[in-house]
This record gives sequence, C-alpha cells and structure tokens, in this order.
Amino acid sequence: MRTVQVSEISDKIKEMCVRANHYLAADMEQALRQSAKEEQSPLGRQILEQLQENLRIAGEDQIPICQDTGMAVVFLEIGQEVQLIGGYLEDAVNEGVRRGYTEGYLRKSVVKDPILRENTKDNTPAVIHTRIVKGDKVRILVAPKGFGSENMSRIFMLKPAEGLDGVREAVLTAVRDAGPNACPPFVVGVGIGGDFEKCALLAKQALTREAGSHSEIPYVKELEEELLTKINHLGIGPGGLGGTVTALAVNVNTYPTHIAGLPVAVNMCCHVNRHAECTI
Amino acid sequence: MNRNIQLPITEEDALSLNAGDYVYLSGIIYTARDAAHARMSEALDQGQELPFEIKGSAVYYMGPSPAREGRVIGSAGPTTASRMDKYTPRLLDKGLKAMVGKGRRSQAVIDAVVRDHAVYFAAVGGAGALLSKCITKAEVIAYDDLGTEAIRRLEIRDFPAIVVIDTKGNNLYDIAAEKYCVSEE
Repeated sequence: MRTVQVSEISDKIKEMCVRANHYLAADMEQALRQSAKEEQSPLGRQILEQLQENLRIAGEDQIPICQDTGMAVVFLEIGQEVQLIGGYLEDAVNEGVRRGYTEGYLRKSVVKDPILRENTKDNTPAVIHTRIVKGDKVRILVAPKGFGSENMSRIFMLKPAEGLDGVREAVLTAVRDAGPNACPPFVVGVGIGGDFEKCALLAKQALTREAGSHSEIPYVKELEEELLTKINHLGIGPGGLGGTVTALAVNVNTYPTHIAGLPVAVNMCCHVNRHAECTI
Repeated sequence: MNRNIQLPITEEDALSLNAGDYVYLSGIIYTARDAAHARMSEALDQGQELPFEIKGSAVYYMGPSPAREGRVIGSAGPTTASRMDKYTPRLLDKGLKAMVGKGRRSQAVIDAVVRDHAVYFAAVGGAGALLSKCITKAEVIAYDDLGTEAIRRLEIRDFPAIVVIDTKGNNLYDIAAEKYCVSEE
C-alpha cells in the first residue's frame, strides 16, 4: 500500500498542460522535419518549414504552438495498491488544469453547457479517463485536444462483412472529408473494435502512441503503413493546399468486439499532436 | 511574386487577386468567430449598428490565447472558417470585403464572394506563434465578456496569407489536391 497526495497530481498536470502546449514531443518534431524533406510541392514545403519555424518560436518565446490550446484530455492509470489522499481525484485533476491554463497563459476554450455555451473561464472541466491497473504507481498522460481536428473525427458502425476494405474506406472517407479543415499534415488515430464509445477511446489513445511506432499485430502494422500511403496519395497536402505529405502517421488500436459489429473510429489530429506524461 | 496587400482592401486589389496568390497583408482587420458572428447577426436582425464599419472591412476568424505581459497578443492562428458560413453571405452583402481563416467555405459563401467582389484568404493553420509576430496592435472593441471570442481590432504587418477563393469564384482547395492526387487504379 502506498499513499499519493492528490496535490502532487495537480502539480504535475499543471506543468504538463503548459509544457505540452509549448513543445512537441521528439517523435512529432522528427516526423515534421522528415516530412519537409519529402514534400514534393514547393508551397507544401514552404508551409512545413513555417510550421517548424512556428515550433521554434513557440519554445523560445513561450507562445503556445497553436492558439487552440485545447480541451484537456487526461488519462490516469492508478495502481490498485495506491491510496489517494488529500482530496478527491477528479477535483485535483481539474485544479491542475485550471492552474496550468490560468498561470500558463493558455486559452480558455471550454463552455459549461453545449447549448447555453457560457465559458467556464478556466478551461475546466477536463475530459478524464481513469483506469485501475496493477502496481503502486500513478501514470498521468495529458493530451490537450484542439477542436479543428476533433470536429472532423468520425465513428462508423460497420457490418462485419465489410471487413478490412470497409475499414480502409471509412478512414479515407474521414480524411477526405476533413481536408483543409483539420490543418494537415495529420496524425490519424484509428480504433477498430470494442463498442461505440470504446472504439472512440481506442482512436484517441492511438493518437498518443509514438509517431512511426507500429502495432505488434502483423496485419494491423500493414494496415497502418498502407493507410499512410493511401492518405498521402489523396494529394491534400500541407494546409490542404496540395502536396504529397498529408499525414505524418497513422496509428491503429484494436479491441475485441461483438459478433454483430465492426466499429471503426477515426480521431483526426493535426501536426500539433500534444501529449505529456509522467509517472508518480 | 509575392504581393503586399493593404487592408481595408480596395475594389481594385480584390478584383486583381487570383486563387493561389501568396500575399502579405498589412493594415486593419477585426477578429470575430462563432459567438461574435451570432451576436452581429442578431444586431442586424434588431436593426442595430455593428461594432465596426462593415463596409470594406476585413475579418480574421481567430480567438487568441492570452498575451503575456508586455506583448501585443498571444498565439493567433486561424480557426475553421466554415463554422461562420451561416452568417457570412449576409455580412458580405453588407460590404465585408476580405476574410482570413482556414478550411472550406460553403457554396452560398462562394456565391456571395463572387457577387460582392470579396476575397477569402487562408492563413497557415497551426502557425499561431509565428502569425502572432505579424500583429503589431490589438484591442478589444466589442463583446469583452466573450473573452477569446471578443471582437478585436488588430493592426497587422506583412501577415502571410494565400488567396483561396477569388472574386471569380475559383477555389484553391478544389484545384490544389488534383495535382498531387495519385490514382489507386
């Protein structure tokens, strides 16, 4: 049995909200750098170079990479031997987000009610996903999600008979429909299986995987590579202004599903694929 | 050849621009996104004045992150323009002349751009820190309670943008992908 003060969770989340919005993880920076070398369109290359320049300015001058500093999505993995003390976990998470977004000069982009739409003024509440896992650690992953790309995300409840062809078609449809709106180059998270909401969660988790990493399941790895190629063949390009680099990575996560179902979720993300993590 | 375009944009400049032109915008532009557009639409319904002179004006679909002390503005890249499509034809008919944003526009907006000789520019989505450097002055002029969605009057200098929809109705998003699209057959 190990005790963890929830205030420590708040502190870490505050720090990660700010960090994730000013610096991309190394795998994303590398993917962007590589794409600028591969892009065949002169305008596309110029845009990719501007995006890299933007990252440099963001870090050096402490300006958020994108003005949409996102809705805070927080993944928690709590070891079942941990006892959380000093307050209620979800309050502590939101306190971390509140402080990060207020003290870190991040944008307050959350409204209290989806129809009445009054701004909550502190970017809370976060979207929180909590799992109890083995062990005595607390793992926290903060993934601020911008809505330019989120708005272009889709779920398709396919028939099992549609199979892999159906999955491919669903992903390409979502990407085609997203086009310039989700700020290409994209990172595409795909979830296959589960039920309606599990599928979407798989897709969001897929976005947090390292760019360039692949599934351990051979056919899924093949699918990831194939989808990346097919997406780049669409010609949408950086900023949607035409080019050979439309996506930097496609990550696919799978899960068991019902005999009557083949749920497929496509969580679109732009190149500002933000995540920061730590373990307490 | 990259052109310098002054805002408010003149009729002559608007007519001379073509989809695909890379320009540097300087001058005055007003920020407005979803909530501000809804309020402006309601103001027009009520026969009230708009918060700024709409005739000849330019609008930037943008909600900034907060500015640190001593800075003009925070991160300031474009938001998805199609969310404002519902309100746009009416504003164009009232004299709105230039729009800066990103993403596709509806046919109704394109039709209004053509009939009103307006221009739709795209700024690079995701380049909020870089674009903030092109803003030399920013002040809230209306709807302060909307925070990031308030209407701000901006002075911009050498702000890079690309003509996406010109006064003839040409749409860069339609044309651009064709060149790099690889057929799967």
